[in-house]
Amino acid sequence: MSCQEKHHILEISNLSVSFRQYDRGTNQINLPVITNLNVSVHDGEIVAVVGSSGSGKSLLAHAILGILPYNASLAGEIYFNQELLTEERKKQVRGKEIALVPQSVNYLDPLMKVGLQVRNGDKSPGVMERMKALFRKYHLEQETENLYPFECSGGMSRRILLSTALMGNPRLIIADEPTPGMELSLAKKAMEDFRQFADEGNGVLLITHDIELALEVADRIVVFYAGTTVEEALVSDFESLEKLRHPYTKALWRAMPRNGFETIPGSQPYVKELPEGCVFGPRCPLFSEECEGEIPERVVRCGTVRCIKCEEDHSHHHHGREEAHTHAGS
Amino acid sequence: MKGTKVQFISKNFIRMILLLIAVSIVTFTLVSISPIDPLSANVGQAALGSMSQEQKEKLEEYWGVNESPVQRYLNWAGDFVRGDMGVSLLYRQPVTKVIAVKLSNSLFLMAIAWAISGVLGFMLGVLSGAFRGTWLDKLIQGYSLLIASTPVFWLALLLLLIFAVWMKLLPIGLSVPIGVEASGVTFFDRVQHAILPAITLSITGVSNITLHTREKMIDVMESDYMLFAQARGESRWSMIRRHGLRNIILPALTLQFASISEIIGGSVLVEQVFSYPGLGQAAVAAGTGSDVPLLLGITLVTAAMVFLGNFIANILYGVVDPRMRKGGTVS
Ligand SMILES: Nc1ncnc2c1ncn2[C@@H]1O[C@H](COP(=O)(O)OP(=O)(O)O)[C@@H](O)[C@H]1O
Ligand SMILES: [Mg+2]
Repeated sequence: MSCQEKHHILEISNLSVSFRQYDRGTNQINLPVITNLNVSVHDGEIVAVVGSSGSGKSLLAHAILGILPYNASLAGEIYFNQELLTEERKKQVRGKEIALVPQSVNYLDPLMKVGLQVRNGDKSPGVMERMKALFRKYHLEQETENLYPFECSGGMSRRILLSTALMGNPRLIIADEPTPGMELSLAKKAMEDFRQFADEGNGVLLITHDIELALEVADRIVVFYAGTTVEEALVSDFESLEKLRHPYTKALWRAMPRNGFETIPGSQPYVKELPEGCVFGPRCPLFSEECEGEIPERVVRCGTVRCIKCEEDHSHHHHGREEAHTHAGS
Repeated sequence: MKGTKVQFISKNFIRMILLLIAVSIVTFTLVSISPIDPLSANVGQAALGSMSQEQKEKLEEYWGVNESPVQRYLNWAGDFVRGDMGVSLLYRQPVTKVIAVKLSNSLFLMAIAWAISGVLGFMLGVLSGAFRGTWLDKLIQGYSLLIASTPVFWLALLLLLIFAVWMKLLPIGLSVPIGVEASGVTFFDRVQHAILPAITLSITGVSNITLHTREKMIDVMESDYMLFAQARGESRWSMIRRHGLRNIILPALTLQFASISEIIGGSVLVEQVFSYPGLGQAAVAAGTGSDVPLLLGITLVTAAMVFLGNFIANILYGVVDPRMRKGGTVS
């Protein structure tokens, strides 16, 4: 958390991802899909990244792992365990220190038996045992091992994907929408496991569009909108509207069933039609001319916000980004 | 499960029969409306002029000129179902015998070309697709595109010039040495005479298989499961070996069996250029000489080969693909 001096497992600062595309023939354009994004995960923390679909959540996960498409370019810094994560380093840590729970069941090889995929080809007895234990835990029959993905239901496939991440000994799990299609009790079980995994001193970056789920299990919530972080808040900030910082977060809060199901009109702008200045401007009740200028990220009450209307807080705490630089230097 | 398999096979069998009937009718019609007069084409205008009326009538009966086309077709079809494909007018031998000899020559050629182009095309296509955008890919793709746009007969002539005329390494044509008795022809002779035509056929076949395999491989490389394999720390080679080959083998099988028709088509031209006495050359002779029984026989045999190729591919698909083997639906 921004007000705490804890070890960072993951620290992302000023991350931008853009795609080279060809507009009408030979005219090459750069399509920015993530801009100036900041996210950090500390020891023992579950950080939920919440945003509607198309806001760039999966791309964030892929950027950390170095598996972006070839026409994507990346700017900004990512630190893992206080060490700059270069493309070379990403190759070394992915699948070992950083595990991904992918977004859809299409991430399983359709022609390879499930067991072989979960064990990643490893046939040693220890790995075998571990898989069996995981299958028991997630109510997967032992025979599941010999099934092909097409023989598994959606919920089963989710649990299989989850098992792949828990097979190794990662420091960080990036879970990209891991629960849709899962039975509620099993989804809760999965969340408990993430909690336990984090409590052992590890980190979880939980990507979801389900804010209720995020509030139940996470320590901090990072709100995504149109490819950038508009707010970073503590889960406890969601207890009341006043503690929240950004108008979009407040809109999300009001849209929650327990808070009245109130939705705001409009939709997230498409990456090709981003407005000047604040990306939320066109839908914001507080919008004024100043919002069309540059919107810096500010620290307010142990969280961050990207809104010039949010009342200043004279907190002496500085943001984690500066910490990252000192860590990186040490 | 068993029932569906029997159903599948019998359905395909019926389809093959229908196909063969259609092919025979089309071929027959085409030959019937062809402007070539079988008599003057095969006997010669001059010889025909000096013949007596009686002789001419005998000949006309032999070539079946005076019967109606429908009657001729029905006669032929009736014999065919009894296993008699008629007598070749040109070779004056039973069609079955002519086809057997020509086919054995051609099969030798086509099998070599099929195997080489299949294996080589598969490997090149996988490499090219897996390393898309690299110099290796550009090299393989450039070569394949160049060959694919080169006419087969031109390539055949080029190879003939280089290896047979200039370098004198290989014989110019035919499937056996000239002036050697059949019993004196060794296996080595046959191989030596088949090398050039086989290489020509292989070279053209490779480029086609390579380009198709490359497309499929690119799809596989861009799939989500490849992305996940990468996210789990697998190396490029491991990804290709564990997931790439597994997923490319099915489309490759289909490609390989579908390419039979192209090999047969290519062999017609190649055999012509190398005067290789195979099925292709016989087909050309039968077509231009209005040898209807032979032409029909060859057409049906090749159509059946193409059909069987696709049929085998379908069966193999069912054996190899777990989604079909276990009765699931392919997504
Ligand atoms: N290869 C690509 N080329 C161009 N745009 C892309 C590509 N991949 C994703 N995008 C765009 O990036 C945006 C964010 O995508 P994504 O990260 O999948 O969103 P989320 O996971 O939040 O639903 C989307 O608008 C999508 O259209
Ligand atoms: Mg996504």
